[in-house]
Amino acid sequence: MEDLKRIVTEHPFFEGMEEEHLALVAGCARNMRFRGGEFLFREGEAANTFYCLRAGEVALEIHSPHKGAIRIARRGAGDVVGWSWIVAPYRWFCDARALGEVRALGFDAVCLRGKWEADKAFGYEMYRRFVPLMLANLQATRMQMLDVYGRQ
Amino acid sequence: MDASDPLCPRPAPVRAVHHETADVFTLILDVSAIPGGAAFAPGQFMMLYVFGVGEAPISISGDARDSRTLAHTIRAVGGVTRALRNLRPGDVLGVRGPYGSAWPVAAARGRDVVIVAGGIGLAPLRPVIYHLLRRREDYGHINICCGARSPGDILYTGELQRWREEGDMQVMVTVDHGDPGWRGQVGVVTELLDRVRCDPANTLAFTCGPEIMMRFTVRKLRELGIAGEAIHVSMERNMHCAVGFCGHCQFGPLFVCKDGPVFPWPRIAPFFGIREL
Amino acid sequence: MENRFLITLEGLGALLAELKGMGRTLIGPVVRDGAIVYDEITGLRDLPAGWGDVQEAGRYRLEKRDDGALFAYNSSPMAWKRFLHPPALTLWKARRRDDGFRIESEAQAPPLHAFIGVRACDLRAIAIQDRVLMEDRFRDPHYAARRRDVFILAAQCAQAGNTCFCASMDSGPRATQGFDLALTELLHPEHRFLLEVGSEAGGRLLSRVPHQVAGEADWAAALQATENARAQMGRHVDTRNIKTLLYGNAEHPRWEETAQRCLACANCTMVCPTCFCTAIEDHTDLEGSEARRVRHWDSCFTSQFSHIHGGVVRAGIASRYRQWLTHKLASWQDQFGTLGCVGCGRCISWCPEGIDITEELAVIRAQDQNGAGEDA
Repeated sequence: MEDLKRIVTEHPFFEGMEEEHLALVAGCARNMRFRGGEFLFREGEAANTFYCLRAGEVALEIHSPHKGAIRIARRGAGDVVGWSWIVAPYRWFCDARALGEVRALGFDAVCLRGKWEADKAFGYEMYRRFVPLMLANLQATRMQMLDVYGRQ
Repeated sequence: MDASDPLCPRPAPVRAVHHETADVFTLILDVSAIPGGAAFAPGQFMMLYVFGVGEAPISISGDARDSRTLAHTIRAVGGVTRALRNLRPGDVLGVRGPYGSAWPVAAARGRDVVIVAGGIGLAPLRPVIYHLLRRREDYGHINICCGARSPGDILYTGELQRWREEGDMQVMVTVDHGDPGWRGQVGVVTELLDRVRCDPANTLAFTCGPEIMMRFTVRKLRELGIAGEAIHVSMERNMHCAVGFCGHCQFGPLFVCKDGPVFPWPRIAPFFGIREL
Repeated sequence: MENRFLITLEGLGALLAELKGMGRTLIGPVVRDGAIVYDEITGLRDLPAGWGDVQEAGRYRLEKRDDGALFAYNSSPMAWKRFLHPPALTLWKARRRDDGFRIESEAQAPPLHAFIGVRACDLRAIAIQDRVLMEDRFRDPHYAARRRDVFILAAQCAQAGNTCFCASMDSGPRATQGFDLALTELLHPEHRFLLEVGSEAGGRLLSRVPHQVAGEADWAAALQATENARAQMGRHVDTRNIKTLLYGNAEHPRWEETAQRCLACANCTMVCPTCFCTAIEDHTDLEGSEARRVRHWDSCFTSQFSHIHGGVVRAGIASRYRQWLTHKLASWQDQFGTLGCVGCGRCISWCPEGIDITEELAVIRAQDQNGAGEDA
């Protein structure tokens, strides 16, 4: 347990978090490994886990019958994967597939949601860490939409 | 031909044509017959003239050490650039230049370097990379961040690979839209900047690409702690003459042709955000 | 020390004849199409004797005077740049050959000109274009060839039009340099001209026609004429801190308001004596064996002026008007060290909507958005 808490503490997402909250987070965590090609989750499945990548890379993909798997983003060590577990109905929006060996912290989403419902200060702390990531992703997506290198 | 007339092109034969992507190609021009060749500094551009069609400003994308040939990587988007695409080895075009300001490569000595290129914006930065590679040991970390629309639009893929493997450089490429075969990064080029290796206090940054991309790139570089004076931006504006006579390329008080195209960020910052300037 | 002289009406005629005799083409004011324009003249008799003009925003009308004054008109719709920086010019020709093509410059000796009746504001405008086209990093050989040997006979203003504001721009009404000879037309008690010598060439020419040294009273009359012009000046511009005022008001709502009136017709840039922008066009003959590069006047008011692949930078008229006015009075200073406006008032008179640069500047100053134009 102490070992897991140390690993959680070392992940950039939790940098500077208070001991009390780290303990709550670590209580929902477990170590996970994925082989290359293995799916962390698939589109439409229940979003029950939140991942913090420690090593390796993960592709976020959406599959289309004509085009195959279209990669929409790539996440690496230090990144987080998965937001759908925060917002009802808790279903994954896309596929997440390991590109080679991946080590991650996996957090039980039901466990986390329960804890921040019970402890609003903890919930605020978690949201405070997610919102900047969401904003950065939204802004990056808007930039992609602008198609700045577009062909004539 | 009047050598003192800055508006008169000189003939230069095409030595080779390389196809880079579906709409981008590189012309290798033989300028050995021009007195003095075409000595240029990384970041400068030439005016290329196609007989009877017209002239277009095109950045120089080759090695500045070679003054007998000029390399130009061109995207076929307009009348002149489409005509340039139809040229074959042996064809002759007209050249004037080199014109404009250069990337301050000499100032990079002893420092880390961050190069951020979007689309065809990698072309005017390639001479910088050649320059850095020649004396790799003179520089600290070198980061090359490239953004492209799709995997098929990435320029110089072979060279990027070689720089990554042999050049002791961190080369990162991202595309706006992946395709099924794409195994690399998807997203905007600014996201790559989170992973650059540099000491912000001792880093020089060069960026060229669409203006929106450069705006966000500069913002991100500043967030990383890189001083405005250490950031250099290459601008694009309409250009007819390249020598300050025609007035088209004005950007606030600056003429992109003779004051630019490469500007230290503080010089253009007051005007960069103004709409329709 | 003596460089003020008097010549008679006949003396002026002799002076023009001398210039012509030296092989110069005389370009001077003539009445044509209801306006006073500059064109080739043969001598005194072509000058607009007894003609004046009335100008207002969007208005220009010739008016007959009750005297025989030759230089009693105000700014002409034509600026001298037409002869130094022609509206259309072939820069070079290219001929196809077996091994490619050969380019031949068209920069060649133009006709030897003498400009008759150049106003103080226009002398300043010529100096401003000299700076842009000859004295920057590159030298335009076409402009330089036309400019090099031109003889300038200036005409001091004895009156001012209602759209004039050279006094505000410090470019007039009295010309003090940039001419070979400068005349002040004196009508009373008899028709005569006070001549100031501005160059050796001017002195040499004067020595070849009958003249006498001007007296104190003649000089006082000449200065009084200039003062009359200053007093008549119909417009005024406050140029204090004008650069920071305009840079600081790039987002002023006035640009959009004026854009509602502006037709983007480019008249103001065509009549402006300092506007220098050009566009390049390439032409080929039908066989495709000869190509010509032609340069013609362009205007920052045209929609394609700022075209880059993918679109135009200045899509709206507001941004084009802002570009023009800000260039004239602010960025010109950064680029060339002087104002780009000489206060000739042509853009006011010849705007079909009567948009008045002096009024625009006054409004922006009165509604300064960030205190940018206030004294530091």
